Amino acid sequence: MPGLGASFGRGAATNYQQDMANSDCILFMGSNMAEAQPVGFRWPMEAKLKGATLIHVDPRFTRMSAVCDLYVGIRSGSDIAFLGGLVNYVLTNDRWFHEYVLSYTNASTIIDEGFRDTEDLAGMFSGFDQQHESYDPKQGHWGFEKSGGGGAEQDGSKNTAQAESAKDEHNPQGHALDGSDDPHTSPSKSTTKPQRDPTLQHPRCVMQILRRHFARYTPEVVSQVCGCKPEEFMRVAELLCTNSGRERTTCIAYALGWTQHTTGVQIIRTAGILQLLLGNMGRPGGGIMALRGHSTIQGATDIATLYDSLPGYLPQPPARDPAHEGLSSYIESGGMPTGYWANFSKFIVSLLKAWYGEAARPDNDFGFSWVPRVDGDYSQLAYFDRMSKGGVKGYFLAGQNPGGGGPNAGLHRAGLRNLEWLVVLDWFETESATFWKNDRNGPLPSEIGTEVFFIPAAAAQEKEGSLTQTQRLIQWHKKAIDPSGDSRSDAWFIYNLGKHLKQLYAGSTDPRDQGLLNLTWDYDFDEQPRLPDGTLSRIEGEPDLEKVLMEINGHRLDEIDPRTGGPRLVSGYSELKDDGTTACGCWIYSGVFPEPGRNRADERKITDNPIQPEWGYAWPNNVRVLYNRASADPEGRPWSERKKLVWWDSEKRSWVGQDTPDFERNKPPDYQPPPGATGMAAIAGTNPFITKPDGLGWLYSPAIKDGPLPTHYEPVESPFGNLLYPKRNSNPTVRFFPGPLNPIAHMPTAEYPVVATTFRLTEHYLSGPMSRFNSWLNELQPEMFAELSYELAAERGIVHGGWMTIETPRGRIEARAMVTRRLRPFVVEGRMVHQIGLPFHWAFAGEVVGGNANDLTALVADPNVSMHESKAFTCQVQAGRLEGQALHPTVPTAHWPTLDPIPDTPASAQPEGRLGHGK
Amino acid sequence: MFRFSLGKHPKTSREPFSVETLAKSSRLRGANVTQGICPYCAVGCGQLIFSKGGELIDIEGDPDSPISTGHLCPKGANAYQLSVNSHRVLEVLYRAPYSDQWETKTMEWALEQIAQRVKATRDADFTTRDEQGRLLNSVRSIGSLGGATIDNEENYLIKKLLGGGLGVVSIENQARI
Amino acid sequence: MASREQELSALPQASDPPRGRLSVLLGRLIRPYLHDEPHGPLPELLGRLIYPFLHGEPPKPQQPTGFYTDTTVCIGCKACEVACKQWNQLPSDGFNWSGNSYDNTNELSATTWRHVKFIEQFSHESPSVPASPDTEESESLLNRWLMMSDNCKHCVAAPCHQACPTGAIIQNEFQNIYIQADICNGCSCCIAACPFGVITRSELGGHSHKCTLCYDRQRDGLEPACAKACPTQSIHFGPIDELREQARKRVEQLHERGVPQAYLYGDVPGETYSEMHSFYLLVDRPSVYGLPDAPFNPWLHMMGDYVRSVAGGLAAIAVLLVVVFLLKP
Repeated sequence: MPGLGASFGRGAATNYQQDMANSDCILFMGSNMAEAQPVGFRWPMEAKLKGATLIHVDPRFTRMSAVCDLYVGIRSGSDIAFLGGLVNYVLTNDRWFHEYVLSYTNASTIIDEGFRDTEDLAGMFSGFDQQHESYDPKQGHWGFEKSGGGGAEQDGSKNTAQAESAKDEHNPQGHALDGSDDPHTSPSKSTTKPQRDPTLQHPRCVMQILRRHFARYTPEVVSQVCGCKPEEFMRVAELLCTNSGRERTTCIAYALGWTQHTTGVQIIRTAGILQLLLGNMGRPGGGIMALRGHSTIQGATDIATLYDSLPGYLPQPPARDPAHEGLSSYIESGGMPTGYWANFSKFIVSLLKAWYGEAARPDNDFGFSWVPRVDGDYSQLAYFDRMSKGGVKGYFLAGQNPGGGGPNAGLHRAGLRNLEWLVVLDWFETESATFWKNDRNGPLPSEIGTEVFFIPAAAAQEKEGSLTQTQRLIQWHKKAIDPSGDSRSDAWFIYNLGKHLKQLYAGSTDPRDQGLLNLTWDYDFDEQPRLPDGTLSRIEGEPDLEKVLMEINGHRLDEIDPRTGGPRLVSGYSELKDDGTTACGCWIYSGVFPEPGRNRADERKITDNPIQPEWGYAWPNNVRVLYNRASADPEGRPWSERKKLVWWDSEKRSWVGQDTPDFERNKPPDYQPPPGATGMAAIAGTNPFITKPDGLGWLYSPAIKDGPLPTHYEPVESPFGNLLYPKRNSNPTVRFFPGPLNPIAHMPTAEYPVVATTFRLTEHYLSGPMSRFNSWLNELQPEMFAELSYELAAERGIVHGGWMTIETPRGRIEARAMVTRRLRPFVVEGRMVHQIGLPFHWAFAGEVVGGNANDLTALVADPNVSMHESKAFTCQVQAGRLEGQALHPTVPTAHWPTLDPIPDTPASAQPEGRLGHGK
Repeated sequence: MFRFSLGKHPKTSREPFSVETLAKSSRLRGANVTQGICPYCAVGCGQLIFSKGGELIDIEGDPDSPISTGHLCPKGANAYQLSVNSHRVLEVLYRAPYSDQWETKTMEWALEQIAQRVKATRDADFTTRDEQGRLLNSVRSIGSLGGATIDNEENYLIKKLLGGGLGVVSIENQARI
Repeated sequence: MASREQELSALPQASDPPRGRLSVLLGRLIRPYLHDEPHGPLPELLGRLIYPFLHGEPPKPQQPTGFYTDTTVCIGCKACEVACKQWNQLPSDGFNWSGNSYDNTNELSATTWRHVKFIEQFSHESPSVPASPDTEESESLLNRWLMMSDNCKHCVAAPCHQACPTGAIIQNEFQNIYIQADICNGCSCCIAACPFGVITRSELGGHSHKCTLCYDRQRDGLEPACAKACPTQSIHFGPIDELREQARKRVEQLHERGVPQAYLYGDVPGETYSEMHSFYLLVDRPSVYGLPDAPFNPWLHMMGDYVRSVAGGLAAIAVLLVVVFLLKP
């Protein structure tokens, strides 16, 4: 989540869900929390019962809008305009939290003289490289201006701070996507501080640049772009302002309604700016909640099954020239002189020790060469683009269904058809497992050469392991029963596949095979595990995942724990070293297993502390509210009694409070770093954002590929031009994947005049693998439908409850028409535009089947994270059905309930509804 | 007028309780219970998983969880049917090239076959250095997708084996932002 | 601290309750039938005839319990529906998209004991028409999407209970209305009696079924599955007196916060209907939610019906007598 990382330092939701009950006002935007995270939504509802105001800004009036105090409808894809308007409102009406902004943000930092804003260049920043359609922050002088006489002049490079800042964030894209040397990387490192103007008057200070940048986002312009009324916008702005400050806090919650845009990162950045200006970060009831949709999507990012990231947000090493391919160059370009990332070398060396064990030695760079280098974009979108064109041979799918849920799913299925072999680990026969026989739009099976292995996966209750939920909380789940039939956990499969491969390669002396042969791969249980009822598990070869979690946590290799006879577990990442004496599989998770038998992810202790610090383990360091140093004023006192969380206890000489301080515990508020300080010593006692090199929240952030400040651009497909910057319609750095399978309706389009957005229903899950085989959910939402307004229905002769077709350049689908007043046309730039909503849960495999919204979406990618844009695209709609045969379920409705009695249970305690019962 | 009164509470002692009704209790008595986490979204609700005789008999919210305090959404409440479901595939299926049907196989067979496919593809396509002489040590023709719906440890093992061991680069999951 | 759910694991299964002497004797007679042991057609017949008369010591009355459903915090997630189906192992009602907002289960039935209703109330004004200052107020009032989780009302004087000829429907020790499937003979009188359309007969077993207020869970000190699952605590479960108290406070709070329409449905007896042990906080007329504005207990009519029948009978006899006497030569 670079959107958050670029502003605050860590790409993760800042507060915990229960904390939303402490908010005085919550702005939901790009989120439909009540429908997507209903149980998490109980906390906002609790805030509401206590008197808080809930605001929903969304293109559709949803079940959440129904319980919010205020709903404002805006056109899909106009979020930055709305949020930019809020920033402008806060600045022009002097509603920002002066003391907070001055002390905790980079408002006073002076930006390099050469920087040119979108105001100067008609919607572009300086440094744009036309040829590569990307920005070069160095050429564009995006960096901070250095104080004179420092290191900057000595090493002859003026803007080194920008280099550091640009990659500080360690987002997955720490290197250039084409695999070349990171353009953000400067060979020199400087600890020189950027120049500041605490009066905020310097024309090049961040505050002044911000004011100029957002000046054109007036309420009238917001209304014009978003299609809401100026007074609706003003009401939101006023509510946010009155509910922020010393005594009150406002929370902003978002989800995929923000991320699935080609400007997604910048939308989140705008919220970051707003929350910094209002002083809501690091405080109870404040923050920015990234609401995620999968049980461990946070963990999968942390650990990390991402092509450009190693566990713990270390960048996957890019391909570099031979002089810079070694570990030292990697560390040099990855680390930071100041802030927490100064420990970079410890993290990577410990990871290599965890992976390669004894074979990772100082003399072979700890096996660093065995880690594959990235020489291009291998993200899902780019890789499937390549696959669809025939460049990929083998593929593993572990619980993901790109053939149903991938953007432009038709292209994804074309990719699967081009594979030589495919391994699917899943529970049900999903679209991705049956594309060769059930895809109505695909060729005959006899024309598809893909070999498919379907590995039945164990259900969640049939295996143990940990999940990291949306607020970084790692929770262990236990195994209740053995996997049914031949199904096995994914861990079992990977572990045993690894053993087979090691056998196949055994004895090889080829250097390319040494990584595999040296990979530590011994997770056998010490003795056959038992089930909760005391019987032995019948599964042979299951890996002991607590051993894996211990490896993730890390060990001191030079110390033996007498309790286990093995290396001692580390208690946290501060113990890690870069000399090869520690091993750690994911440094941010360090501390989750601090001693033998103490799996903190499995802790379930309820205490008097409302934060419940002993239920699970949150990274980093079990901190529940990130940057919580900011919950106290610069002197270390709580901003107010009502909003206290962590404060400086001058007697104990320590930060104390409910939460673990996200700060060095004994660093006093008046600490000032000595000149030339490095690492954490360079972070002053008043700098809460400790993973930033200057410890400040970044209103202006050069760490993002599409500009240091957010700018409104239209979606790639839009019926409108860009009212704010008429010369620059869409994000100039968007990446396209041209090809016959992925045509785009370039904007402003007249052929496809209707705006479409996709959404999630409470009753279903993703593309349906975990819901469309379940009759209890299917009866609640049995068919694909499209939500549209009365006005659009009347215009196209579409009847409520009847059929309609939706068409984009990528495909056509049919859906039942849900004509509703919950959707309304928007008046944008004086012109009426219609919008439809498409749930993305249906496709061709399952107990219920239907038109797939993702057959319509396009493969386009945001430059930072390769995110597609399914929340705003254009389409054409008409009444009627698709020609040809209608879809039929691929499985019959399951007989339910089974009439088999529950074992070991008398008739009187059998479920009531096993309806055959009764004498 | 000609109306009966609405009536009073019937007396419990005079109600005709049947034998089965009298013995009524929940099926949770004597069950094994484990604490789980809901497999659907990222809220991280606590679940209590009840089993008897090696079978799941009930999954409901864990009242102790400070996040969910015992509540579940419809999907979380459906977790039982997600596992106990006649549509679940419980044997290894194999589809040969150009075939129009599945064949049932053993897990051992599949593991061996897959390992051989991986080895053959890797051995053919492993790239030590690119044309510019840059070190890659990567396999660019094998990929992996998925991770956000499985466990952290499984993600770690996938990344470690496929990335650190085999040199696969395109290891991806649902998270992109 | 273990939750009640976890404590239950340690409990042994319940044993049979004490029975009266006659019941014990009769029970012995039909032992194979009772315990599902193999038996022929004659014991089957005997069993079926005798079983309904086996009664034991009724349980001691407990604190009356019920549901209070606050529709103003309902988010229409339908967790209650699924939690109910899961606990009670009920089948789905089939997959039929209704187009009626987000409601696709449509009604309460023998297999759907919780049902979430969706009522879209939106002004007909299109945003293309600039709103005049005076329409704005009314427009904002009209923009709402009501959701309500409906279930059996567990009426204190329940028409189904009054109508049941077999004693299958009882008011149990928690004063909840419970249909004993082992007694029910499927006559369907209860279906006709219920003014809310709660009960239907299952085609699977032939018996009537409806919400049991999770009788089996209550017996073990657990709250009903729907109330437990409800993420926003729209469904409250507890002692009925406490719920009424809580609900009245909530109504007051809503009145203070600018929702003057809020009121309770079924918390107190009306002229034609008793109070209900499942009552609701609503913000529009009952009929908007598909509930009778003034429910009527058919029992009230019965006096008239009885009088008319008796009078009619007497009149018929009188006519007959007159005819007989008059025709007598």
